[in-house]
Amino acid sequence: MDDLSTAFRIAVVLLFAFLLAPLVVVLLTSFSNDEFLAFPPHHWGLGGYRALVGNAAFRAGLGTSLVLAATVTAISLVCGAGAAYALARFSFPGSGFLLAIFTAPLLLPAIILGLGLLLVFARLGLLATMPGLVIGHSLVTLPYAIRINLTAIRGIAPALEEAAATLGAGPVRVFFRVTLPLMLPGIVAAAALAFLASFDEVVISLFLVGPRLTTLPIEIFHYIEYRADPQVSALSVALILLTALLVVIVERSLGVLRALAR
Amino acid sequence: MKRAVAAAGPLAPAALLTAIAFVLPLAWLLRLSLDRSSGGGMLVDAVTAANYLRFLGDGFYLGVLWRSTWMAALASALTLLLSYPLALFLARTRSRWRGFLAVLTIAPLLVSSVVRTFGWMVILGDQGWVNGLLRLVSLTAAPLRLMNNMLGVLIGLTEVMMPVMTLALIAGFARLDPTLEEAARSLGAPPRKVLLRVTLPLSMPGVLLGSLVTFVLSISSFVTPKLLGGGRVAVLATSIYEEALETLNWPFAAAISVVLVAVFGVALMLYERAMRRWMI
Repeated sequence: MDDLSTAFRIAVVLLFAFLLAPLVVVLLTSFSNDEFLAFPPHHWGLGGYRALVGNAAFRAGLGTSLVLAATVTAISLVCGAGAAYALARFSFPGSGFLLAIFTAPLLLPAIILGLGLLLVFARLGLLATMPGLVIGHSLVTLPYAIRINLTAIRGIAPALEEAAATLGAGPVRVFFRVTLPLMLPGIVAAAALAFLASFDEVVISLFLVGPRLTTLPIEIFHYIEYRADPQVSALSVALILLTALLVVIVERSLGVLRALAR
Repeated sequence: MKRAVAAAGPLAPAALLTAIAFVLPLAWLLRLSLDRSSGGGMLVDAVTAANYLRFLGDGFYLGVLWRSTWMAALASALTLLLSYPLALFLARTRSRWRGFLAVLTIAPLLVSSVVRTFGWMVILGDQGWVNGLLRLVSLTAAPLRLMNNMLGVLIGLTEVMMPVMTLALIAGFARLDPTLEEAARSLGAPPRKVLLRVTLPLSMPGVLLGSLVTFVLSISSFVTPKLLGGGRVAVLATSIYEEALETLNWPFAAAISVVLVAVFGVALMLYERAMRRWMI
């Protein structure tokens, strides 16, 4: 619309400024060399980034979070693609109910899911263990994986699978040679989302971590409860760049997949 | 029957995971909310409403419930107020920057809530950017208290929720036929009247959905109230956390969780009622 009034344009600019303020401030303060973050910064430099590289707690947390997110992604893809395939291709009684149950964890607050997991895992001895964290995170990534894969499968014409079957391919071969390749864009998108959701997860992790096993977001959470220094800004910038990189990779690989499918 | 058997194989892993990580914990949580705690993390098997009665009989916890509710309602209202112009702009602009601006609006969703809340701590703290700027132009002697109170939590929540609300509103605008606004304009309605009499009523489904989602996410949010509230803003989520991990009174934490889900139910009912009114 070209008849947008000047006042409206100014309002929109201010709203964008408000929305992006925390990210911009984090970026600027990551180049501060001060002991603590205060305005205006007195010294500029890369001290925050240097301190970050030397922080053993953050390094350990990063390691845990990367392994955790990769495992959770693999598990939610296998479980999610399988469940989505079954729900889309076999209509059986109770399939609608099952889908509702699979998606239900997204509707409940993470704080309640975390508490429930704490109660059960305390009995099972899974607190502060990698398997416990993997199960807890998969709970929130699985619904995304199922939903995205379901949309992907529903977009595939069953005629393609039928054609392969008529030409003599068995059901397993049809799945791996026809259905799975066509589902690939959905799987890539689901993988990226699952990885990010697990890597950034805070609330459920709070209930499941222990002194010996902590994820990166939990390390940051406890750190900033007591202090604000350039190190955390530098770490935040690194995390934002990692996210952006992942989004670009997905964007590119989806483009490549689309080109291959043509 | 044969179909159900064929589907069982690929369904099994997801079903198992959901059973262990979702159904079992929730059932356990419900049951535990009826147990008694003897303090210090010891559980006593019982079937009692004591935890619920304690919540409803204690002025402190009723205050927590009340504070959480109005915090979430106010955060939703503020988010709506700030997101509506943004969504309207993104839905109507013909700028070639439109795609980029839309990505910019949604991008914060992908950034960890801890990072975004940390950004607000740097802006709102006593030594933060707002107070620093005010000091530079010597407007204030003592720093303004923008954090470690409800004001800080509301500012943070509003910003964190804006992308979600904007998405819901844009989806609403997409279904709105722009020729209706043109018709109103050509019949002589001034811009303000077009907005209030045509655009706003027709975008109500998006407004209601966005408000519901924002309310539900706000009342159950933990990171923002905990960090920007600095331990001084007790809401349902922070109380669940404290009872579960600090006081170690798990039955009471479970009971507060059930109360939170009940508030969800009420919000959903109000939403459906409002939707029915607007759809007719």
